[in-house]
Amino acid sequence: MKLLQQIFKHQRRKYSSTTKWQSVIGLEVHAQISSASKLFSGSSTEFASPVNTNVSLFDSAVPGTLPVLNKKCVEAGVMTALALNCRVNPVSYFDRKHYFYADLPNCRVNPVSYFDRKHYFYADLPAGYQITQQRAPLANDGLLRFHVHTPGTNIKPYVAEARIKQIQLEQDSGKSLHDDYQSLVDLNRAGAPLMELVFEPDLKNAEEAASLIKELIIILERIQTCSCKMEEGALRVDANVSVHKPDTPFGIRTEIKNIGSVRGVAGAIKYEIERQIKVLESGGQIENETRAWDATTKTTLAMRDKEQKQDYRYMPEPNLPPLHIAMGPVQQGCVNASEIRSKIPELPEDTRNRLRESFGLVPEHAVILVNESKLQKLFEEVLALEMVNPKLLANILINEYLALIHAEKLVLEDVETPASYMRDIVKLLTDGIISRNTARLILEKIINGCKDSPIKIVDDGDWRQITDENKLRQICQEVIDENPKATKQYLNGKTKVFKFFLGAVATKTNQRANMTFVNNILEELLDKSKK
Amino acid sequence: MDRILSLNMHLVNKLLQDNVISSTELIRACLERAKNIKKYNPFITIIDNVAIKQAEASTDRYNKRKALSELDGLPIAIKDNFCTENIKTTCASKMLENFIPKYNATPYANLKSAGAILVGKTNLDQFAMGSGTVDSIYGPTKNIWGYSDNYNDFFITGGSSGGSAIAVATGTCYAAIGSDTGGSTRNPASYCGLVGLKPTYGLVSRLGLIPLVNSMDVPGILTRTVDDCVSVLNIVSGYDSKDSTSLMRQHRKIRLPPANKMSIKGLKIGIPIEYHCEYLSADVLDVWDEVANLLEESGAIVKEVSLPNTEYSIVCYSILNQCEVASNMARYDGIEFGFRADENSSTEKLYATTRSLGFNEVVRNRILTGNYFLLTRNYEKYFNQALKVRRLISNDFDNIWDKVQLLLTPTTLSTAPLYSDFIKKTNRDQCAVQDYCTQPANMAGIPAVSIPIKLSKTGMPISLQLLGRNLSEPMLLAVAKFIEYLVEFKHNPKYIV
Repeated sequence: MKLLQQIFKHQRRKYSSTTKWQSVIGLEVHAQISSASKLFSGSSTEFASPVNTNVSLFDSAVPGTLPVLNKKCVEAGVMTALALNCRVNPVSYFDRKHYFYADLPNCRVNPVSYFDRKHYFYADLPAGYQITQQRAPLANDGLLRFHVHTPGTNIKPYVAEARIKQIQLEQDSGKSLHDDYQSLVDLNRAGAPLMELVFEPDLKNAEEAASLIKELIIILERIQTCSCKMEEGALRVDANVSVHKPDTPFGIRTEIKNIGSVRGVAGAIKYEIERQIKVLESGGQIENETRAWDATTKTTLAMRDKEQKQDYRYMPEPNLPPLHIAMGPVQQGCVNASEIRSKIPELPEDTRNRLRESFGLVPEHAVILVNESKLQKLFEEVLALEMVNPKLLANILINEYLALIHAEKLVLEDVETPASYMRDIVKLLTDGIISRNTARLILEKIINGCKDSPIKIVDDGDWRQITDENKLRQICQEVIDENPKATKQYLNGKTKVFKFFLGAVATKTNQRANMTFVNNILEELLDKSKK
Repeated sequence: MDRILSLNMHLVNKLLQDNVISSTELIRACLERAKNIKKYNPFITIIDNVAIKQAEASTDRYNKRKALSELDGLPIAIKDNFCTENIKTTCASKMLENFIPKYNATPYANLKSAGAILVGKTNLDQFAMGSGTVDSIYGPTKNIWGYSDNYNDFFITGGSSGGSAIAVATGTCYAAIGSDTGGSTRNPASYCGLVGLKPTYGLVSRLGLIPLVNSMDVPGILTRTVDDCVSVLNIVSGYDSKDSTSLMRQHRKIRLPPANKMSIKGLKIGIPIEYHCEYLSADVLDVWDEVANLLEESGAIVKEVSLPNTEYSIVCYSILNQCEVASNMARYDGIEFGFRADENSSTEKLYATTRSLGFNEVVRNRILTGNYFLLTRNYEKYFNQALKVRRLISNDFDNIWDKVQLLLTPTTLSTAPLYSDFIKKTNRDQCAVQDYCTQPANMAGIPAVSIPIKLSKTGMPISLQLLGRNLSEPMLLAVAKFIEYLVEFKHNPKYIV
């Protein structure tokens, strides 16, 4: 009995140490609202303006100045909340009023929200507090569904989702610039409007996090509430990461602050998960700390301020009345949620569904088209011109056009291709006038700046497909005759050489041969020589 | 000219229109007066050159019969916690000793565009935290009542708008703007024998008023007569899109009939028993009683009412005040404006030294306590609890308006104390006594006006306060004018002849 227990114990230990760790990730996203002016002042939000030029008296916290809420920012916040399926927080807050309306089943923006002051001293925070929404944010309980698609792996693409705890409006801080001798402050960004989107820790790995951010970017770009230019700091991601063993409570988490790119999100989280596992497996403990992602060394580093936890001493912002959002029949409010809802354009998930259902695209193609909004635009433009074969069109756009752009190290956004050219190429293909290879050659020319139409390119280069069977038979025979060695190999059963013959014919005809025909003819001719 | 400085605004405007005097002469006389009364220390900054230029422009306008309003060319003073463009605005503090704002507070902007001429920025307790106008880096302001050059001591003006009160009481100007958070306009009005109005919260814009307690601060008006108060209120009130707490409702200009044509027959006036408190002096009680009787004799229905939560107002106020102070004062870090200590070893050190040198002990104490109340672990116990009490106090008033239209109370519990007696108690203890009758109105946001009634046996002004429901200024001021007519208060003969 004892012996058995020992064996089991040993086995259990062995089992537990080899059990895979599970990681849990929650994201907080600061998205700068696309608005010409700041959240509470009239100064501009233009990026890269000269230092301290976009600063009003209020932004620099001059005594006696007061905040005036920018309505455009509220609209953007409400539209974002609606696009992310947010709803009313069921927990009531002192004098808050709740409304439910049958005609707005999905409208779940809070009818009343409040602004609060969050206090801390920092040189780039002129007032000594940030105005944010802590007690009752603009919206709660949203849901974001997104496709996880890990390129370069055999993991099947799947759909994941993350709940949104809350969306709040708040001010950005300024920027501090330090060198060895002095510290300088730039207040251009101070008071810029932000939406903070707090996600529940529903993500399992780094790729899910990156996919969520990608989907979020597509949504925000569509509804135009945030430019999502991460390189300008318009979208910044904080990631809370912890690891634990299955069936045990969540581990202690660390927070990675201010990640500034989608690849950074994946990289930072992946690194942090591995680091935490390493620490735990070597018997160490994870500290609840704030870390920063260093994109050059691809590591996360503990941030210097190891002070005690700050108490932000929140208090209601006394200079702003409660923010009322009108819904349904209620007309009193800063903005009307029903009106905003009617302005929301087609969201990415709806577009993907439409692409699949209306055009019969495979899910992967629908996902890629939506991810590459310019490609999707081109797709829709071509079909608006003429109803060519949509599946073939998507195929050409993704597997030829986009692949070529990537191969040439160009950026899709910088390449302009008329929809009519794309239509012509698909038609030439469908009509059997050109081969797939020729299509690629035409696209190559166009991407590299050729302004001629595909038809002119085909005519000028004499690139029409050779479909004349006799002519093809003749060329095939010539290729066989010119390559006795390969023919011998083929006849000896080395069927792989067949591809060589195909290639040789393609080259000999300048990619013009109809390869389906060539395939049949070559087979026939080679088999004949066997006998 | 002394006679002209003693008149009311309406008459002076007539004289200006009829070219009996010019704006330039008037302003020169005011500036002369300002020089002669320096011993009371009402002004932090006297604006002479600019004021004279503006007076000349005003004279021109009168000559062309294009006066901007009935206030055109009239001298006014403003408490030094209202921002004035290119004019030093100090809050009587070292922190803002050299602070020159780049914008005008809305009440001043309104007065300026009506042609009124700013002759001085007036003294106050540092950042308006006080009730005596004694805690100023420029020294205390002294009351003209009971003053003698032979004494070392003097009577305080009350505060924190004491400078504004003395500017008006000495005839240096016809009206002055104060601020009122717990009684800071009405308290010095009471001690200096002036009309002091705290308007409904939101009726007058707070833009440019350097905040003490944002949710209670209102610009106040100090004048010698109710009619003057109305003239100023008509100019400074109204919606301001730059103040989100400003009331959108359209504000109609107030026109009061002559007092002898008024009747208060049937008007229901409440006497709240809670205001008859322990420290109420016999003098004030007698006057309260006297005026209540006068009103009853004039046909009003005077009855006893109860505002049961009155006594909690002060303690509740002290929590809310200190929390908002802690928050509002966070911006004074020496980075963007104001005083910066000569300290470069670290940013934290720079903040600490700047703030400990820039603020007096009263301000520092309130910041410390306020931050303590706002700690996450204390928030419910103090701040949130105080908010609930505030709601109860406000409800007390809401309930009373079903029974009466106005309330008549003392403004202060006694006449102005001697400086030597006043400073025996701490700033905090003094505020608790001084603000007892005035503070609840700020909690509820309702309008209140202090009216001088008579002099005490010792020759010091005694005043009473009228309170009304939100936006009841037209009735409130009408009744104030009626009382003014009944009691015929005599202003200080040394200056007002």
